[in-house]
Amino acid sequence: MARYVVDVMPKPEILDPQGKAVLRALPRLGFAGVVEVRQGKRFEVEIEGDATPESLAEVQQMAETLLSNPVIEDFEVRTA
Amino acid sequence: MKIGVVTFPGSLDDVDARRAVTFGGNEAVALWHGDHDLQGVDAVVLPGGFSYGDYLRCGAISRFAPVMTEVIEAAAKGMPVLGICNGFQILCESHLLPGALIRNDHRKFNCVDQRLRIERVDTPWTSAYTAGQEVTIVLKNGEGGYVADEATLDMLEGEGRVVARYLDDNPNGSLRDIAGISNERGNVVGLMPHPEHAVEALCGPGTDGLGFFTSLAAATFA
Repeated sequence: MARYVVDVMPKPEILDPQGKAVLRALPRLGFAGVVEVRQGKRFEVEIEGDATPESLAEVQQMAETLLSNPVIEDFEVRTA
Repeated sequence: MKIGVVTFPGSLDDVDARRAVTFGGNEAVALWHGDHDLQGVDAVVLPGGFSYGDYLRCGAISRFAPVMTEVIEAAAKGMPVLGICNGFQILCESHLLPGALIRNDHRKFNCVDQRLRIERVDTPWTSAYTAGQEVTIVLKNGEGGYVADEATLDMLEGEGRVVARYLDDNPNGSLRDIAGISNERGNVVGLMPHPEHAVEALCGPGTDGLGFFTSLAAATFA
């Protein structure tokens, strides 16, 4: 089984209200000194067969077309 | 004119949209997300709601619903398509409109009677309005912040493709107070506020939204 991880993050210039909410909650729990939190998504994708350049390319394509919206998000694919 | 209203799993405002279509002097046709069939309609409304539970991103999964293949194809040929709220999100995810809609900057769901200025009136959805007309219609969204890069925003402004803009307080952090935009041709319009909830004096803030549904009829008889 080929396993891939796709990390999707909001682009740096895009406002991330969820990350901001987490950032504001942390000091209330006693975590001092946190200056920034960004929240993203992680996908774990399993594909039949061995990991090949073709299956990697396929996951890249999944990430581009469905898992992320390139207008507001960046993604990274890696083998798990 | 026959106007189709697509029901996705999780659509909320499809029935109101069909009712508004009828009030606007057109025939409403219920379309189903799972059908590759537009039933010969002349125009399509993608209604508000939380299609596919807003899973992944708002509109991201609906964009690949079977019926959207036909909607995207027809839109490219010039069929009028109006996306309201979740429908606007679907149009952006489909790349029929540029930009994207993200969570409101204040992080709260917003439900207000919103003042807007209608700026583009040469579309099949807004021809009943006059340029610069100020209207009040319902706005209700959690992820209504319109974002796009500077170049895209400049292009939209430069080509006169901002259809409606928020007046008074910006309710969701939308860049340049954008409430609605169109494609270049003007047949595809996305709007975050809900004109279908402002078509009767009995409920809602008035009947200012009716123009979005009478514009098509007016275009037919013009």
